[in-house]
Amino acid sequence: MYKPVSDMGLKNDFPIFKKNKKLVYLDSAATSLKPQVVIDKITDYYQNYSANVFRGVYRISEKATYEFEETRKIVAKFINAQDVNEIIFTRNTTEALNLVAYSLGKKIVGKHDEVASTIIEHHSNFVPWQVLCFELGAVFKFIDIDKKGYLLEDLEKFISNKTKILALCHVSNVLGTINPLKQIIKKVKKINPNIIIVVDGAQSFSHIKIDVKDLDCDFFAFSSHKSLGPTGVGVLWGKKEKLEIMKPFLYGGEMIDEVTFEKSSFKRSPYKFEAGTPSIGEVIAFKEAIKYIDYIGVDKIREHEKTLVHRSINLLNNEFKNKITIFGPDNVEDRGGVIAFNFDKYHPHDIAAVLDTMDIAVRAGHHCAMPLHKRLEITATVRASFYLYNNQRDLERLVNGLKKVERILK
Amino acid sequence: MSIYSEVILDHYHHPRNFGKLRKPDLNFKIINPLCGDEIEFFINFDGMVIKEICFYGKGCAISIASSSMFLNIIKGKNKDELKKLDKEFIIKMLGIKIGLNRLKCALLPLGIVEKI
Ligand SMILES: Cc1ncc(COP(=O)(O)O)c(C=O)c1O
Repeated sequence: MYKPVSDMGLKNDFPIFKKNKKLVYLDSAATSLKPQVVIDKITDYYQNYSANVFRGVYRISEKATYEFEETRKIVAKFINAQDVNEIIFTRNTTEALNLVAYSLGKKIVGKHDEVASTIIEHHSNFVPWQVLCFELGAVFKFIDIDKKGYLLEDLEKFISNKTKILALCHVSNVLGTINPLKQIIKKVKKINPNIIIVVDGAQSFSHIKIDVKDLDCDFFAFSSHKSLGPTGVGVLWGKKEKLEIMKPFLYGGEMIDEVTFEKSSFKRSPYKFEAGTPSIGEVIAFKEAIKYIDYIGVDKIREHEKTLVHRSINLLNNEFKNKITIFGPDNVEDRGGVIAFNFDKYHPHDIAAVLDTMDIAVRAGHHCAMPLHKRLEITATVRASFYLYNNQRDLERLVNGLKKVERILK
Repeated sequence: MSIYSEVILDHYHHPRNFGKLRKPDLNFKIINPLCGDEIEFFINFDGMVIKEICFYGKGCAISIASSSMFLNIIKGKNKDELKKLDKEFIIKMLGIKIGLNRLKCALLPLGIVEKI
């Protein structure tokens, strides 16, 4: 089932490895590395047509506008959005989720209404809803998990006809749990057909095939920088009829139709949500990331990550036995390319620091998921996350690194 | 040079002034924002002077070693002397080259100065 050699052989496409030959990068869940094609595209914009979008009637501005809007089209196609105007560019996932909380949440959630989230969320899909409820006098609920890290199935306990919004992640950035979104959404909409479903796709976009129509969610948010693209670009996809009733997010340039002394009127989606000069070069280059991913194939990436997760779990368990605790589902079919673990008595920070001396980059801490860590009764974990450039050798280096942790900190 | 010097590891494995005081004059927790670790401090004063001080809790090697070393130094000092201790003092005390991110761990015990 799992290929004997797990290496997509893509390291050469990522120039960071030229200078850092020994780098074992296991922190793609935080941000991914960038392939040469993406870097080249950014440079091309800044070197050759670095004009503002929408404003100029001269050619380099038109070129910039064209390239910018091409990314919107490619993103729309990639996630099967029905209308290109459903694609809104933000700074990142966090801003996209806050946009929904602010522009829609404030409008539709009333006192004594409810908003639901889950205990495994990243803070960016937890805090905005918690604060919204606090400000509006609404009730904030979050769906709990079972021992293995799956969301509880008795959703009736958390969702009712008073629940205006359910905000949940596709893939947990700590446990790796892949939520069976389609099933969950079906179930939830049976309980409350009017509920708005907001999906945090930060860890699933480009790792799992996304079809927003098939999922039947109302919003889907993700970040370019976690999917080979530049920083400073996030995407919010929203159903057109929902976007239409929302108020603008920020007010200013680019988003108005007309401004008079008395009042202003605003453009429609996506522009009413994109006030001010966006990250032009970064949006433009994001499409090169998507093209690259599409060329490799999301399904292949998914298979590769499954193989790496399967192998790393086996390697770590075989080598360190009960000294290692791996969190999240056992079945790799149910988890993304992330493993969070604790190792013996060693503190995650110390583990990460020793691994760094061997050029192995892992994340240590609560990974912006404090409620989840509290639920697991731990303060921090070490997290290794995989992407298309990682290979079997990286896993072996990780194991050797942990042996060094034992030698140094014993 | 590794941040896990002999001195650091010694204080990590055998923290000094580790434990709790039964009836402290002052008792507070400091949270490391980086990972959520909590370390609790207990202090007894003799007038303006720190007579007894100890700490308890879990943390990484750097925050434990830093707390252990810092407490050794401030025991017997008066409050005014304490106010002079700053970031640079801690870095010098640890004697290691510490990165920006781990600095938060190293500076954890400095929170005592604010609380007193
Ligand atoms: C599940 C999840 N949601 C949201 C975010 C926030 O992404 P960004 O920092 O790009 O806004 C992250 C990234 O850390 C994440 O892993």
